Amino acid sequence: MAQLSMNLLTISFFFYLFATIFYAVALTGKKWRNRNREVTGNKWGNVGYIASIGGLLFSLGYFVTRWIEIGFAPVSNMFEYLTFFSITISLAFVLLYGMYRMNALGLFTMPVVMLMIGYASIFVTEYQPLQPALQSYWLEIHVLTTGLGQGILAVSFGAGLVQLLRMIDLKSKRMTKQTFGIEFVMYMIISLVAFILVTNSFNAFNYEATFSYVNEFDEQAEVQYKLPPIFGPNEGELLTPERMEPWIYMPVWVVSDDFNTVVWAFGTGLLLYVGIRLVTRRRIGALFQPLLKNVNPETMDEISYRAIAIGFPIFTLGGLVFAMIWAQVAWTRFWGWDPKEVWALITFLFYAAYLHFRLNRSWQGERSGWLAVIGFAIIMFNLIFVNLVIAGLHSYA
Amino acid sequence: MEEIKCECGQVNPYGTEVCGACGKPLVNDDSTKLLNMRYEGAARRSQTYNRSIIDKVWGFFSSVKVGIGLIIVTLIASMIGTIFPQELFIPPGEDPSVHYVEEYGPLGQLYYSFGFHNLYGSWWYMLLIAALGTSIIIASIDRFFPLYRALKSQRVTRHPNFLRRQRIFGTSQVETVEETMENAKKELKKRRYKIREEDGNLLAEKNRWARWGPYVNHIGLIVFLIGASLRFVPGMYVHDNVWVREGETEVVPGTSGEFYVENLAFTMEIYDEDDPLFQDGMEASNAVMFESLFRTDAVLYRPEGILGLDQSLVEVDRHGIEVNDPFHFDDFSLYQVDYKLHELSEMTFDVEDRLTNEEVGSFAVDLNNPEDDYSLSNGETVRIHSYFPNYIINDEGIPSTENAVPDNPAFIFEMVNDDTGEDEHTFIGIQRNFDVTPNDEPNRYSYSLSGVDTNHVTGLTVRKDNTIPYLIIGGAIFMIGLAQGSYWSHRRIWLQAKNNEVWVAAHTNKNWQSLKKDISNVARYAKLSMPKDQTDLEDHDKS
Ligand code: HEM
Repeated sequence: MAQLSMNLLTISFFFYLFATIFYAVALTGKKWRNRNREVTGNKWGNVGYIASIGGLLFSLGYFVTRWIEIGFAPVSNMFEYLTFFSITISLAFVLLYGMYRMNALGLFTMPVVMLMIGYASIFVTEYQPLQPALQSYWLEIHVLTTGLGQGILAVSFGAGLVQLLRMIDLKSKRMTKQTFGIEFVMYMIISLVAFILVTNSFNAFNYEATFSYVNEFDEQAEVQYKLPPIFGPNEGELLTPERMEPWIYMPVWVVSDDFNTVVWAFGTGLLLYVGIRLVTRRRIGALFQPLLKNVNPETMDEISYRAIAIGFPIFTLGGLVFAMIWAQVAWTRFWGWDPKEVWALITFLFYAAYLHFRLNRSWQGERSGWLAVIGFAIIMFNLIFVNLVIAGLHSYA
Repeated sequence: MEEIKCECGQVNPYGTEVCGACGKPLVNDDSTKLLNMRYEGAARRSQTYNRSIIDKVWGFFSSVKVGIGLIIVTLIASMIGTIFPQELFIPPGEDPSVHYVEEYGPLGQLYYSFGFHNLYGSWWYMLLIAALGTSIIIASIDRFFPLYRALKSQRVTRHPNFLRRQRIFGTSQVETVEETMENAKKELKKRRYKIREEDGNLLAEKNRWARWGPYVNHIGLIVFLIGASLRFVPGMYVHDNVWVREGETEVVPGTSGEFYVENLAFTMEIYDEDDPLFQDGMEASNAVMFESLFRTDAVLYRPEGILGLDQSLVEVDRHGIEVNDPFHFDDFSLYQVDYKLHELSEMTFDVEDRLTNEEVGSFAVDLNNPEDDYSLSNGETVRIHSYFPNYIINDEGIPSTENAVPDNPAFIFEMVNDDTGEDEHTFIGIQRNFDVTPNDEPNRYSYSLSGVDTNHVTGLTVRKDNTIPYLIIGGAIFMIGLAQGSYWSHRRIWLQAKNNEVWVAAHTNKNWQSLKKDISNVARYAKLSMPKDQTDLEDHDKS
């Protein structure tokens, strides 16, 4: 069953990949117009939609089989949460595409779904048992609701990005705040892709380099690198034979293996980014623009807003209300300023600010698009940094 | 200030921009720009009066710009608080003034000197939240009442300028106005619009109640914030910890001696390493072990009788306290939060007579409740001269104890040497055993540790939080308001007959595409031409 479950997830990944391709084809192909004479799609759009529904069903298959086998909702570690997040994004997409039928949304949301599955794959994928604090039906209630909310909010990012790519001039040579912003977002996405590729490649060869070093308590300790050590630990000494020597050894207050990983991610991301730009001689964002010529930015603005209007209450219910109830039961207090809690509050405040900004018409349109992108950046920051670096009660094994 | 009488007869308060009844624009009435429809152009105190200090404060807090500013500042402050751990998360007993520098370098020093190590409890963070609350209250009052009145007094027939200056507007030539109206009405009814008619004109309206969503959710937030501040009212809140050894009974702190809790047994279980389901996952993780259960089998007592005379404990209830399954009683809850396994609880000593090399007896000391003296089988008595449960040599070089927890017990025993008739002393602890004599004469009796017994200790947290009902009510109101405002939108469509033309105008507070879909269906059914979205024609006005 474990094998079956993982296979279903892999199959869904390919469905999402095909969906992306079909949406891209749909955007280059002949256009259909609806009664309001708005461009909606053509038959490739429908094929893409079927593929994304297929992907959703297969990934739900993964989720249900895993749940049945382990006996609790598979959302208790990073791998499980990220795959669940990918499911909620595609679910939210299927709903919103059903409402608005915009192929461009698929072209950008499906890759986000794939990115989450890819990112999940670098964590421990095997089944892990539940620690006592998680043994509660609130695990299901709280995490499933929060994940659903975040998934819907992620679609607002997809729509916001399409809207920005449609509205901003990326061809002109001059660098503006907007072109820089778009390229920065592209660079971040490429870095995440690079990070997933690099980590998975070294994992495939079981790469490991162990150091003995002096930790912050002045004690001798060992640390294991999963990526070649460019930056070694404080007073480190390489124990594994035939591994490269670090270029520099870090001072004691730097968590050197995390730092090393971060440099690998952004470094290879930079190589990839520059490579693509040299080959295509264009801004990365500009590569997408020919596909988006017929997209109505107003509609994208509305989809992005709609996703937030739908996702924000669900996120609040799961990430704050249910979270507080569970914290009262499990941790004796409903609120304790744990970093993960604070970041849920920050997400909440940010989207609250978004909704109030939009009360003013001049903030609808492009500015809203930027806000949707930043909102998603906050969610990802929470998922990557707060979970893995700023350890608190929540941090997963 | 004088009221404004509109040509339709409606008397509007001073400051009104759009007549509440017929919608005639009362300011800039010759403009062709789209009307600003937020709050229906009703007179809001903050926009109308700007004289006194109170007006200015009111204007300040009712501004959405200020509200957003407060939200963003709170957001950024909250972020800063997560850069380094807050004081409450640093290891207990550490001095924050050195901890932050040592652990995080110069940045840590800076963090500490700004007071960010205790950010969420700082006066300025609280002030920020209070300002946010004030802003929510004032902004809501400023808008709710004018909006409510305007929507209540709106009339079906609207001024032509009102219609022309709606975002969605169009006119159509029709054959028979009545028939068109009739068809439109049918379609609108099907789409669950409420229809009002007046002089052959129509107003179709839907989900007005969604407009109150923001006000309801703001009320919820305020109730929640008030609830949270009740924490500071004495008696509302108790938080304390207690350690209870197996077999012992302790008073529950914070209950003024009203309750006692006994720990019958503490259990900790871990997952089996060879569990076929989880084996691989546990190996892949760097955790040493995976705990599966912490439980304290607890009994709750209430004292009865008079303290010091004949007080006895009477059982009230019992419960297996687990993480996620606290023990509730009265207003209190006891939670499983910590434990200590195998704490020393008893030590057994053998005593030997060095003259005869014979064992003269043995005795067991309960480390948490030592007796003053112990009788040996040969009739002699061992007295405990000193007991150091957690032995250290203090700063003055004198043996002493760090606390009352028997982590490192040590004793000075005293016995009478029958030969000399004098007291002799022996110091004994873990890996320590020597005579304490003024001269170099060895003691007659020697002690040896022959056995230890251990015990588990459970760490429980006691909570009482009477603010929770307010938080639940506030949270529920907030969620209801949030759903109300987010999942429904207030839509209005005006159909007006002008000779053999039909004018259509429409407004919604959100989701214009969905409104357009409604209208396009009505237009098709009633054979009207599709009205235009006038924002496509006009630049966005900055309001
Ligand atoms: C974290 C705190 C806050 C939350 C969660 C919150 C939540 C909301 C939500 C969900 C809406 C509905 C938005 C929409 O449907 O588009 C709203 C509307 C509004 N909020 Fe807040 N709000 C907060 C603070 C504030 C503050 C500080 C102000 C002060 C100026 C304010 C003023 C308003 C106004 C004027 C509206 C529009 C009301 C209307 O459309 O009739 N809010 N709020």
